[in-house]
Amino acid sequence: MTSGKRVLIIIPAFNEGESIAKTIAEVRAELPAVDVLVVDDGSSDDTIPTARAAGAIVAPLPYNLGVGGARRLGYLYALRHDYDVAVQFDADGQHDPRYVPEMVDALGEADLIIGARFAGEGEYHARGPRWWAMRMLSMVLSWICRAKLTDTTSGFRACGRPLIEGYARWYPVEYLGDTIDTTVWAARRGYKIRQVPVAMRARMGGVPSHSPIKATVYLFRAMVTLLLALVRR
Amino acid sequence: MKLNILTVVVGVLLLAVILELLRRRQLREKYAVLWIIVGLGVIPLAIFPRGLDKVAQLMGVASGVSLVLFLGVIVLLLICTHLSWEVSQLEEETRALAEEVALIRTRLAELDSRELSNDQR
Repeated sequence: MTSGKRVLIIIPAFNEGESIAKTIAEVRAELPAVDVLVVDDGSSDDTIPTARAAGAIVAPLPYNLGVGGARRLGYLYALRHDYDVAVQFDADGQHDPRYVPEMVDALGEADLIIGARFAGEGEYHARGPRWWAMRMLSMVLSWICRAKLTDTTSGFRACGRPLIEGYARWYPVEYLGDTIDTTVWAARRGYKIRQVPVAMRARMGGVPSHSPIKATVYLFRAMVTLLLALVRR
Repeated sequence: MKLNILTVVVGVLLLAVILELLRRRQLREKYAVLWIIVGLGVIPLAIFPRGLDKVAQLMGVASGVSLVLFLGVIVLLLICTHLSWEVSQLEEETRALAEEVALIRTRLAELDSRELSNDQR
């Protein structure tokens, strides 16, 4: 990584015993200089020992807080241990650590970098209500952030000191709050948000949902979250 | 007259329960005060159900009883909202505690493994 910045990769994990070791190994092989923090969100499987054996620092939450809660703890850890850059990463192998250096470098001209699909790189596609929801979100958020954002629900993000401090104090636990709310929050406080095109891979474990009812509920919840984020004080 | 006795008994019982909970330190004062005020307001009305008729007429409500019913629903709604707010606060507090516990456990694991490697030396 350029210019000797201390970088922390934050991986929230809830019962990810199957995929976590492979994800950590891949990150450490690709980025030997960065620290990997796995926030265990009250898993009942062997996530904690597996992650520890794979060489990650493990912060075990006493009970399940949800992905937003796990991420806030990650930011708090980054703040207390004086990291310059925090990178949000998923445990299921969707994110490719090869894009991390590019995202960290891009922090020179922005405060928050979103690793985005639909930006030319990779093959991910969505259809139906889920696609409309993503389109609507990216249009509204691009307008709020005054930058082109094609994938606002991406959990692959990097931010520097100012936002680490902000997110360590304030990071919502609500569904979708971790993506939409945090973006709007940063934009409304005048932080610069940019995206870096990335390719995402199929998850190692679990199946993405294709049910149209679920997608419609998703669209509805995304709109509620967005409206709340916009009127929030 | 029978109804009056019933409502008075219920009101007094409610007050007694609150005072007993307070005496056993099972209820925080801030909540107890609220319920005591509600209880003290309700008991006189139980004895004199027509007591609020004048006020009701001034407000355009047909009878004092329906005014009490209306106010009762409003008060209960307010208290429910207040309790939801308290629960949200509590969740935020336990969340912060959970984070601190996790950070301490992280540090502890780090110190343990350092100690282990020192022992092996």
